[in-house]
Amino acid sequence: MAENTYDAIVIGSGISGGWAAKELTGKGLKTLMLERGRNYEHIKDYKYGTKPPWEAPHRGSTTKEQQEKYPVIHRGWAANEAVMDCWTNEQESPYTEIKPFTWWRSYQLGGRSTLWGRQSYRWSDFDFEANAKEGWAVDWPIRYKDIAPWYDYVEKFAGISGNKDGLAHLPDGHFLPPVNLNIVEKDVAGRLKKYYKDQRHLINGRVANLTEAIPGRTQCQFRDRCWEGCPFGGYFSTQSSTLPAAVATGNLTVRPWSIVTRILYDKNTKKAAGVEILDAQTNQTYAFYAKIIFLNASALNSAWVLMNSATDVWKGGLGSSSGELGHNIMDHHYNLGASGTVEGFEEHFIYGRRPTGFYIPRFANLYSDKRDFSRGFGYQGSASRDAWSREIAELNIGGEFKDALSQPGNWNIGMTGFGEILPYHDNKISLDAKRKDKWGLPILAMDAELKENEKKMRTAITSEAANMLDVAGVKNIRTWDSGHAMGHGIHEMGTARMGADPKTSVLNQHNQVWDALNVFVTDGACMTSSSCVNPSLTYMALTARACDFAVSELKKGNI
Amino acid sequence: MMNRREAISRVAILLGSTVIGAELFVSGCTNAHTEQIVLSDTQISYLNEVGETILPKTAASDGAKAANVGLFMKTMVADCYSVEERKVFFSGLTELEKASEKAYDKGFISCNAEERKKLLTGLDAEAKEYRKKNDLLQQKEAERQKTSQASGKPNYLKKTVPAHYFAMIKQLTLLGYFTSEAGYKSMGYVQVPGRYDGDVTHHRA
Repeated sequence: MAENTYDAIVIGSGISGGWAAKELTGKGLKTLMLERGRNYEHIKDYKYGTKPPWEAPHRGSTTKEQQEKYPVIHRGWAANEAVMDCWTNEQESPYTEIKPFTWWRSYQLGGRSTLWGRQSYRWSDFDFEANAKEGWAVDWPIRYKDIAPWYDYVEKFAGISGNKDGLAHLPDGHFLPPVNLNIVEKDVAGRLKKYYKDQRHLINGRVANLTEAIPGRTQCQFRDRCWEGCPFGGYFSTQSSTLPAAVATGNLTVRPWSIVTRILYDKNTKKAAGVEILDAQTNQTYAFYAKIIFLNASALNSAWVLMNSATDVWKGGLGSSSGELGHNIMDHHYNLGASGTVEGFEEHFIYGRRPTGFYIPRFANLYSDKRDFSRGFGYQGSASRDAWSREIAELNIGGEFKDALSQPGNWNIGMTGFGEILPYHDNKISLDAKRKDKWGLPILAMDAELKENEKKMRTAITSEAANMLDVAGVKNIRTWDSGHAMGHGIHEMGTARMGADPKTSVLNQHNQVWDALNVFVTDGACMTSSSCVNPSLTYMALTARACDFAVSELKKGNI
Repeated sequence: MMNRREAISRVAILLGSTVIGAELFVSGCTNAHTEQIVLSDTQISYLNEVGETILPKTAASDGAKAANVGLFMKTMVADCYSVEERKVFFSGLTELEKASEKAYDKGFISCNAEERKKLLTGLDAEAKEYRKKNDLLQQKEAERQKTSQASGKPNYLKKTVPAHYFAMIKQLTLLGYFTSEAGYKSMGYVQVPGRYDGDVTHHRA
């Protein structure tokens, strides 16, 4: 047993798991990090990121075989030759869609941290107070002031580039210099500012790409090939950032191929004693023990682990006493926006390929802006010149055609909306009693959908996008709305929410499971509402904050 | 995540329609054993000639043959095409020869550069007509999908009508060329730009 005993166990190695490992090892705790998938080593295992793009045999396309094996990944842009090995094998790990649900998973070291979009925004009190002000769901047990110092802390280490825009609803942070807007975006920003009298803003995307080197990492080289794996460590991932720091302490043990099947709950101490794992390769079961456990398996799988734990005490699993475990699942709804063409900049070109674009922060239901729905939405977008995959009038084949396509085409601009989804008790996940995965483990059933508030918001998202482009002088404006299945935003949240009352929430204000205070959940599962900004930076901050609390409680003998 | 829309348009949108074979999964596994799957070396050389007519070497840059688009087509047609699409593609090679015989009483390879260009320009027009007709069918299919999704039933299977064979050849030529080393070079591609400047006076990608 001694060799299977650590001070802390971290379940999962993605953005929040990596942070938990870094913080706990940094505070001197012997820590075991469990990853259910393969090892995925920085640089060495980046299959295409270190090669020129023309060496990918299908130049990004996926094969018929991959299309058949990964139908969920093929519901959108995630299906790219360069990263297919990073996505979860859908045949081995199925899930049930009671209602349409798109779940893009990466079961490998680092989780989705090598694949993420890297957009990094702080929440504000407009977000933390929204539930309470509207009497919706439950109140967050924390406010901006509780998390602000932790945003500072994680931004400094992760390296977030951005501009200080001075917006109360999108607080500034500890930023590296921003990634620049291009000339068309600057022009549009100026026109929006003037027309909307400084009530709407087009700002530099705030992104976890380094615009200056930080210790151990090189600055972004503007290749725009992040998710293929960056040999420069130019963006934040577990591999480039938190893992090397955790390893350097000498306190970290990483065990890949380790599917945590349950948390071992001790009825007498009312705490977790450790975890049970199934080795994904050998099918052997092992137990590991620790004083504290950080559950960072991603929102849905963290709920899954809890549902499978302590079922002899609570039928619905650890944390189910509130009746909220697996409920209130949220996401950001998107797949809609507007685009158009821009004239007058034909003599202006771009050098380099950015890992981001512009951001238009929320304006709906803020200050004097009132809508027929609650909460808000933001937009991510960019202006660029058409590339070779365009049609050229009058030219069909031949040398002139080729030479014309080799040059940049018209300027265009497009933006995609990301809207807040309210927490609804009946948007939920549960264990499917009938189906099992490759290892004979129960699988999840998804039962969640957009409701009236989100649908009303979607109408506003497209019409406001078109309005803004129109005001900015953009031509040939078209809007699109391709519909949104829950999960497709890849921002799953809320399945084990934080709250002030154990009767209505799974976690307390320090991310402790009310029913087992030495178990901390700090990934998307903990979210009480969803805001409309990308959530990962908030998971980082909540994780660092919870680790600090956990270690101080441990020292005091409270857990 | 950033630039999702851009990512889609960059990878999938080609000549106003999705890249053939890179569409959402279309089920249709018929008896594949009797069908040709892999292009022969002769067919690869042939398609390099066709490709060179579509994107020839110019003073500015190399052409499709230098990028070996024929070999690229071999990989794509074998790995990424559906059985249905492959059928259209391979019978298209015969169709192309027939069209050449009809116009010039000789096969494509025996035609001179001018004849080749004229022939393929005609086929390109034919393919565009064909697409126009199919767009209407696709639109109806899209509406059906919408109704089906609105009813709450998961339905992501997208039935598409295979493109005209020349559209396939042209798309593969463009994709094969502009994503090859020669093609990237033609666009002034810099592998490691090192910085971003959103307003320069000369184009370099």
